[in-house]
Amino acid sequence: MAITESILSIVLAEAEKRDATRVKTVKIEVGELTNIVGDCVKFYFELMSKDTLASGAEVEIAEVPLQAKCPLCGKVKRVENLDFICECGTGMKIIAGKELAISAIEIE
Amino acid sequence: MEIKLQQNILASNNKIAADLRKIFEDKGIYVINLMASPGAGKTSFILQTIENLKNDLNIAVIEGDIASKVDAEKVREHGVTTIQINTGGACHLDANMIRGTLGFLNLDETDLIIIENVGNLVCPAEFDLGETVKMVILSVPEGDDKPLKYPRIFIESEVLVLNKIDLLDYTDFDINRLKGTVNNLNPDINIFEISCKSADGIDSWISWLKDKIRKHLKS
Repeated sequence: MAITESILSIVLAEAEKRDATRVKTVKIEVGELTNIVGDCVKFYFELMSKDTLASGAEVEIAEVPLQAKCPLCGKVKRVENLDFICECGTGMKIIAGKELAISAIEIE
Repeated sequence: MEIKLQQNILASNNKIAADLRKIFEDKGIYVINLMASPGAGKTSFILQTIENLKNDLNIAVIEGDIASKVDAEKVREHGVTTIQINTGGACHLDANMIRGTLGFLNLDETDLIIIENVGNLVCPAEFDLGETVKMVILSVPEGDDKPLKYPRIFIESEVLVLNKIDLLDYTDFDINRLKGTVNNLNPDINIFEISCKSADGIDSWISWLKDKIRKHLKS
């Protein structure tokens, strides 16, 4: 819920800054490793945005896959089954999959 | 009209956390963000840590709970400054809540702050509180599969405390399986096997922490 509150306040601030009459779409990027449930965000957003410029806006959620890079050999891989060990045996560092960002909004 | 934003949703939390981290560093305070599920033994662990360090360090505890001050009262009985945050439903602490406690702490005379996060393995890992170290406690009755179910918290933590090892003989918990899973997720993690009840393993945790605090104060 705190996350959705934060999304709504960012969206409204941006819409007001641009004198929008309504927000049509909110596009969100969610990393695979975040604990965000897209349907919950959509549900809370609908409730919280009532009587605001964002009322009725569609929330689109795009998942960013988990990727890691080996600090030793530089190999990058898509992490599956939470396997962070590189082919060379080294523990890899996460380079994508922790995102939690509003990528774009569509306004009128 | 579409407007590209690429705005981090947690940016305002992260900004406050960065300010807090600067304050804690300037004052030489070591801050632990202690996370675990309900019943893993966070409060018992804090009490053990206090008992072992209270003669050497000035300690303060920030207790996060959805409601009640049960834990805060237990901790306060041990003679350390204790501040209760009731989140009123939120399943984690955020940086703004921690900022709100600073006025109740004597930062010039505090060496160690232990933040007991809300009991939950999911949300707390997402929120930076400006801490020096993130820790997670897992207890034997919860099972050795938890890192597979809640990987983020084990990836983010520098320390894993395995509590209630006195119960190992009564369960099918497999320490080697746990270590294999956790080391795969986070090869740099420090693991301590302890029992808050019997005090087994507490010494090695305390000596690790003392060493970290000593280095932190010097830096």
